[in-house]
This record gives sequence, C-alpha cells and structure tokens, in this order.
Amino acid sequence: MNQIYPLFKREFLAYFRSPVAYVVIVVFLVAAVGLSFFVANFFKAGVASLEGFFVFFPWLFLLLIPASGMRLWSEEKRAGTWELLFTLPVSTSAAVMGKFLAAWLFISLAIVLTFPMAITVGYLGNPDWGVIAASYTGSILMAGSYLGVCSLTSALTKNQVVSFIISVLVLAIILFLGFSVFTDFLNAWLPVWLADAITNFSFYTHYDSMLRGLVHVQDLLFFISVMVSTVWMNIVVLER
Amino acid sequence: MIEVNNLVKHYGAIRAVDGVSFKVSKGDILGFLGPNGAGKSTTMKMITGFVTPTSGTATVKGHSVLESPIEAKKWMGYLPESAPVYGEMTVEEFLKFIAEVRQFKWARKREKVDRVVQLCHLESVRKQSIETLSKGYRQRVGFAQALIHDPDVLILDEPTDGLDPNQKREVRNLIKDMAKEKAIILSTHILEEVEALCNRVIIIAKGRVIVDETPQKLKKRDTKTNAIRITVSNSDLERVEMLLKTAPFVDKVEVEEGACIVFPQRKHVIDEKLLDFCREYNMNLSSFEKLHARLDRVFYDLTTAQ
Repeated sequence: MNQIYPLFKREFLAYFRSPVAYVVIVVFLVAAVGLSFFVANFFKAGVASLEGFFVFFPWLFLLLIPASGMRLWSEEKRAGTWELLFTLPVSTSAAVMGKFLAAWLFISLAIVLTFPMAITVGYLGNPDWGVIAASYTGSILMAGSYLGVCSLTSALTKNQVVSFIISVLVLAIILFLGFSVFTDFLNAWLPVWLADAITNFSFYTHYDSMLRGLVHVQDLLFFISVMVSTVWMNIVVLER
Repeated sequence: MIEVNNLVKHYGAIRAVDGVSFKVSKGDILGFLGPNGAGKSTTMKMITGFVTPTSGTATVKGHSVLESPIEAKKWMGYLPESAPVYGEMTVEEFLKFIAEVRQFKWARKREKVDRVVQLCHLESVRKQSIETLSKGYRQRVGFAQALIHDPDVLILDEPTDGLDPNQKREVRNLIKDMAKEKAIILSTHILEEVEALCNRVIIIAKGRVIVDETPQKLKKRDTKTNAIRITVSNSDLERVEMLLKTAPFVDKVEVEEGACIVFPQRKHVIDEKLLDFCREYNMNLSSFEKLHARLDRVFYDLTTAQ
C-alpha cells in the first residue's frame, strides 16, 4: 500500500496535467447526455428512469476508455520512464495496481459527474433509486473491466495508437458476444450450452442485468475476475 | 559494495554481455568504457534490476538484485542514459514524487527535495515543467532524482552527455565531492573524464571485460609513453635516424611525416639522455617534443585489436 500510493497519486494527477482528462470528461458527458436526449428520447418517453441513459455506456466506453487507458504503459515505454520506475524500490505489481486504480478512479469520476441526470429524474418523477444505484455500480465495474483490457494492451506496445486500436478491437469482440445477432449465429452452429457459455463472457450480458436493478453475485464476480485477471496478465507481461 | 559475478545477457542469438565480473568498494569511482554496443548500458541495467540477466548475479550491499530487488534498489541511485523524466510534471513535483516512492514523508520529503535542488542548482527552474527545460537542466533533474536519498551506490549512465563544458565540469565536481562516501559506477565516452574522475577503469568490448585497472596504469599501455618526437632538416633525416637507432637507451625509431619518433626502452624517461646524445653527434634539431601517453590511443588499440 505504501508503495502503491505515490504511483497512484502521480498517475491520477497526470490526467489533469494534460488535456486528456478534460477532453475525455467533456466528450463523455456530452455524448452520454446527447444520446439519451436525442436517441433514447429521454423526455418524450415520460418514464422516470435512467435506463435510456445507461444503455449507451457500453458503446461510449468502447472508445473513451481506450482513449484514457492507452497511455498507461505505452507512454512510459516511449519516454523511457519505465526504466526509472522499475529501478525505484517498487514492485511491478504495485506499479500496475497504482496505475490501474488511478485510471479507474478517473473514469469513475467521469461517470459520477453524470449525477445531474439522476437529480433531473428525481425532480421530474419518482424513479427507483435502487435501480439507479445498481446502474452506477454496474457502469463503474464495467469501466474497470474495460480498463483492465486497455492497461494490458498498453503494456504490450510503446505506440499509443496501436494500443488504442487493439483495445477497441478486443473490447468490441467481447461486447458483441452478448448481442442477439451474434448469439443467433452461435446457436445455429454450436450446442446450446457452449453458445451460452460464450455469451456469458460478454460485458453486455452482465451489465444488462444490473441496469434492470438485479445485482447478482455472478455479475459482480464476472467484472471483478476480468479486472483481476487482466491486471495479473499485465504484471506478467511487464515482468516477462 | 557492488559485486557483479559472471553476468550474461543474450538477446536472441546476440550475446550483449558475455560473462562480466567485477567488484566496486566504498570510495571507488569506476569508469565504464567501451565502444557503442559493447554492453555497458546493458550491464548497468542488470545491476539496477531493470534487465533480468540470462545468467550470473549482481549484489548491492549484500542484497541480490534478482532475489531481493526492492532491498537492493533502496541503496541505489540510478541515472539512466538520456535521463528519462515525466515531462508533464514540474521539477518540484517530480522530485517530490521520487521522494514519496522512496518513502520520505512530510517534512523529511521537503528537506530531501530542497537538498538536491540546491545541490544540482535547480532553484531557478523549480516550478517549471520538465518538458520546457533545456537538455542540461533535464540531465540535472535526472541527477537530482538519483541523489535524493543520498544513496551508498550510484550508477550513472553517461552523466555528462549533452552538457556544455561548464556543466560537465560542475557535474564532475559534484561526483568527486560525493565519492568518499559512496561506490560509484559511471559510463562515458569521454576519456578525459575517466582520467579526471575515476580511480578505476573497466573497458568492455563485445560484452567482455578486457581491462580492469587504474587510469594511470592503463595510460602507460600506450606504446608512445615517454616517446620523443624530433624534427631535423630533411637532408639530415636519414643520418639522424641511423644514429638514433644505435643509442643504447632507444628501443626503436620510426619516421613519421618527416619527423623521428624515438621510443625509449621499457618506456623509461629519456629526455636528457637523448638531448645529450643529439648534442654529441651534432644534430641540428628544429624541434624536440615529448609525447605524452594518451588514453584514446590505448582505447583504440584495445578495442580494435579483438
């Protein structure tokens, strides 16, 4: 913990020392609110719920989380600062954890900054606050899982653009596993149990149930295990 | 304080470092010389724990870099080649970060940062972000970072690279002032630096240690040590050459660009004997110049021979 904190602090503040933080937060807020207003017809729907707002998060995250996670390791490699970092008395796992937690906190901050939407539905109607709380929890956990993947791909290359593209591709594949177009295709070819198993690897399957206010242990475990396993692979990749 | 034992590093089929061993004790400033790509930086990176050796061990103050890396790194300060730093931070933020990683807190942290800022003359750029600094200042920030915990072992990869002559001198003085209390390894391409600073030199070529001795001794390897260059009128050159070859204290004589280079036997000092000899045979000298041993010639001979 003593080792993690300074690294965590530096990484978190680094977002705000460059324009990245402001761009990511502003784009995220504008896109999230814009989509729910104009695509999901937030006002016309006449329902006091944020489902039409949260439903776009998996898609927004697909671009924004790689954008904020791509620099984590590739920038260190490009600038040569990882040589400095790994000759300081810190373990690789502390460095990986510090960076991951900093980026996760940053993205969680962006998510929490959408609170005026919750206030709006609260003012206009009588929403189910349990569902909203579950949705926020689900978004933050899903963001962490996305970020684990991005942090890992970022450790594989010193080129941020390459890191970004690989992250988007990998995340897109994992996301699409949960959509009917894809699952229908799988069902036609594979036995049901196998198709189901593959579908269960999608972020969307687990996020969707949380959007409806259902917090199942297996959904929480899914997100946590994605984070733990990607962070662990990240450590292995750097220690090689 | 540093013990390196048979370090080997392979990159695929290339043997970057091929069995390097040496020891450095307190008070030593060890100069690491070698052509580019000889394995200097790789060796340093293995000692500092950044690169894992294929085989062999390195220990710092008794802590194995491989088995207890965190302990070993606590005692080391390292300035990597080209001094990488987080450009978006200010000098102060960066040094505070390093101090925090090294577990200094509150007042102790401030005190440590103040000390190195003063030591490396960074007061004027303290609040400036590092990416806006000149190469010289950046190098000094890297140096400050390595010194922040006043380490017993300092490893400096080309510490004066990219500095102007005044700054080079300053950095050298800084290193010299600290030397008594520490074990220092520095790599460099500048041979005068080795002469001015180090009490030991290691030359690495093709991944192997080919020389490990004092700079003075190394210098004496120069074949032209104490040789004397004599010029006479062209018509007289042949006679002078023949005569000099007969002198008992002369090993050999070479003619080079119209001048005779007289090599003394066993590199003894022969200035006076030779002058007397010349007078005796009525040679009309137009110049008489003692040649000094030069490290660059030794370096060239050693690193191209193999």
